[in-house]
This record gives sequence, structure tokens and C-alpha cells, in this order.
Amino acid sequence: MDQTEIFEKVVKILTPYVKNQQALEGVSLATHILDDLKVNSARLVDVVLEFEDAFDIEIDDDDVDKVETVGNAVELIEAKIG
Amino acid sequence: MSRRVVVTGIGVLAPNGNGVRDFELALRKGLSGIRLNEKMIECGFGSHVAGVPQGIDELAESYFSDDLLLAMNSGHRCGAIAGVDAWTDAGFERPDPDDDRVDWDAGAVLGTGIGGMDTIANAVVPMTNANKVRRLGSVAVEQVMSSGVSARLSGILALGNQVTTNSSACSTGSEAISMGVERIRRGLAERMLCGGVEGASHYIWAGFDAMRVLCRRFNDAPESASRPMSATAAGFVPSAGAGVLMLESLESAQERGARIHAEVAGSAINCGGHRGGGSMTAPNPEGVSRCIQAALADAQIAPEEVGAINGHLTATGADPKEVRSWARALGCSPSDLPPITSTKSMIGHALGAAGGIESVACVLMLKGGFVHPSINCEDVHPEIEPYAASIPHTALETPDLQVVVKAGFGFGDVNACLVFRKWNE
Repeated sequence: MDQTEIFEKVVKILTPYVKNQQALEGVSLATHILDDLKVNSARLVDVVLEFEDAFDIEIDDDDVDKVETVGNAVELIEAKIG
Repeated sequence: MSRRVVVTGIGVLAPNGNGVRDFELALRKGLSGIRLNEKMIECGFGSHVAGVPQGIDELAESYFSDDLLLAMNSGHRCGAIAGVDAWTDAGFERPDPDDDRVDWDAGAVLGTGIGGMDTIANAVVPMTNANKVRRLGSVAVEQVMSSGVSARLSGILALGNQVTTNSSACSTGSEAISMGVERIRRGLAERMLCGGVEGASHYIWAGFDAMRVLCRRFNDAPESASRPMSATAAGFVPSAGAGVLMLESLESAQERGARIHAEVAGSAINCGGHRGGGSMTAPNPEGVSRCIQAALADAQIAPEEVGAINGHLTATGADPKEVRSWARALGCSPSDLPPITSTKSMIGHALGAAGGIESVACVLMLKGGFVHPSINCEDVHPEIEPYAASIPHTALETPDLQVVVKAGFGFGDVNACLVFRKWNE
């Protein structure tokens, strides 16, 4: 799975949680999940559960804390699936 | 004299009709919303029938964003739709989620009898037992906390006054309205969205089936199963939905030129103390009569001014006692009892939502000048026979109807009574 595929899957998973739907149109690796997409911070645990299911990986809590941008999520998933 | 409180908005989701127009039509026609329930059959219930508002999920998807829907169980969906409907019916716009303004003068008392049992049963218990607590994610708590239904609505409408959830079993919805009236009378709020909510879930109904208080004898005839005041009444039919009223101070309503549906002239809440025949599951008749009398006194309305009664009347053995309590409270002979009707005959018993939905029925009856029929009691219970002439089997046209009294009685021997008065410009 290449980075573009992971990116697209990540964006798809984030979509229902995004409160600022306009920000989705220009979404890139640099897009901040909380600040730009306005995802409710409490919902990050649900997003992470969906990442785990979609990519068949396990993400521990310390890793979750490092995810701020869409790019951070893509990199983390990329590393996990090796 | 304390401030007057009027109803300026209505929202309702009931098994026999969603929205004010369909619900009123169903009430006038005496339409039953009771249907066979596959889950109850599958899970070996004695009763196979229930009242479930139709199309709630589709409706919720048209009202709320994906982000909200992720954490809205059945009760949340019913309560939020009815709450938003009451708000817009009162002439207010739904605020933009990005608009930071809060309406500090508007609040909500939105009650639920049982709460998020579907979330507990479908997610919390199985995940926890399977050592998968983490899989619950962030959405469990807000659907399980009792105040979730009112909290959800406050977020959607930016309500800034008191926002809470009351719970008093089957008197919940009526109690919520009484609480909102008091708050507005005291000048602590201008507008309160009040009423009751109950989700549709066989998990909510299971315990009642085990108590053998649900109707089992009409599984082959769902629409005939809810039979308040009937000789063949065989227990209540569980149901779900929401009924929400926008209560408003008369000053606020007049100042903004709002359309007034009716007035809440008075109310009362009490408990029979589990004495004198009262218990966890049965009402003390003295408590019931006192509650009705206190509500009339609060409204400064004489018993002979009561034009119709919307009873609690669930189709259990308590119906004859309730009818006698009404007559005693109003101090009238059986032949002088005003028309008495049970909304539950058409929608079943919506538990915490019952008082909310049935209060909507009262307001619609006052506005439309009718008393809806109490269906399925052509064979009136022998103990109610002396009052039989007061039970409408088809809609009564009553253009002069001025006062409707609604009462709700709940497990725990708790009572709530509301007095609605027609609004005459």
C-alpha cells in the first residue's frame, strides 16, 4: 500500500468526524486534524480504532499523542504496516 | 401573581405519527401505532407487540451531521428531533454550529425513564465482558449518562439556561413540563424545552415482560392490544418516542409576537409514599387525588371547569382505581365525569416519553377543539361501567373545550399533573 492509498483511506475515515467540511476540499498531509478539520478531540479515540481496523494494526496510546496532522497519521500507519 | 407560562412550540414523534400534523390526524382518527415487534418474538418475550415511531433513523440523518449521529442512540435521536421541531415551531432558527452565541434565557428539562439501555446492551456490556473496553471509544459515556438526551439538545440549539434530565418513571415527561413551568414562573428562564424521551429497545422492555405487566393476549392483533379501561385489558404495550413543548413566559411570547398554542395554567408533583395501597409499582390513591387537586388549585381552576381528562390509563388493573381517583379528585358523581381518554390506547405506553407525547395531545385537543377517542374499550371494564358515558370511542368535536387536565403516574408511587388551558387572544 503506497502513501497515496493510505492518505486517501485516512481521509475517508476522518470524513464523518470532520465539522469543517470545507477544509476537507483542500486536505493535504499538512492539514491539522483538530485545528483545521475541527474534529472533536474526544473523537480521536474513535478515529484511531477505525485506523486499527482498516489497516489491521495496533496503535498504542503514546503513538496517538503524536498524531496532530493528517501526515502524522499517514506516517504512523505506514511505519506500522512496514 | 406569578408569571404566566404558555406553549409556543410543539415537537412530537409517536408510534402513530411523526410531527404535529400526522400525529393530530392519527389522534382524530383513532389510529393505532402498535405493531408486531420482531426482536421481542426472537428473544422469547411473552408479549410480541410494541409501538415504535417509524423512520426515525432516516429522519435523524436528514436533521443531524454524521459527527453528531455517531453518538446518538435511539433515545437521543427521538429527543433531539422533537426538541428541534419544538424550537423551530416556536419561530426560532436552528443556530449554526460555528456561531458562538448562546441563548442564556432558554433551557431544557428533557426526561427519560430508562435512558440509554440500548447502548449499554449493545456496546458497554458485551465489550467490557470481552476485555475490549478500549473498543467502546468516546461515544459510550454521552449515550449512557442520564442527562445525555438534554445535553445533546443543548449542543444543537446553544441553550444556555438550566439543561437537565429528570427521571421519575412513567410520570417523567409530565414532571419535566411542571419543572419547566416553575422555572419560568420564578423568572429564572424565559423559554424551556420540556418533555419526555424514550428510545425503542427490547432491552428496555424485557424487565417489564418478566414482571408480566405487558399485554400478551393480543399478539395476533397488535392494533387491538393496547386496551385501557377495557374489560379485556391485559397489560400495557411498551412504546417509544418523544414529546417536547416549548414553554415560554407570556411576556417573552408576546414581546416577540409568537404564536401561542395553549397555556399551562398549573401543575403539581407528589408521591404517595408507598402507603395506603401505594408501593413501588402501585399508586396510593390518596396521592393521586391530592396531586390532581393541587394542580387545579395551582391553576386556580374549579373542578367543574375541567373539559376533558387525558389520563395515565395504561391498560393494567390500575385503570379502574385511576378513574375513581379522578372522580374523587374532581368531587363529581360518575355521570358528571368529564370526557376521559387515553392516548396510550393508540400509541402504547412510551414510559418516560408518555407525559411529553400525551401533553402534546392535550395541547392539540385544546387548539383543535376535539377530544381524541380512547380506542379498544368498547367492552368497558365492569368497574368503570358507571363512567362509561364519559369515554369517547370516536373523536368528540368540542369547539368550546377550555381546560384539559393531564396526569402521569409512575413506578415509585410518583405522580405529576398538568392543567392546560385554551389560549384565547
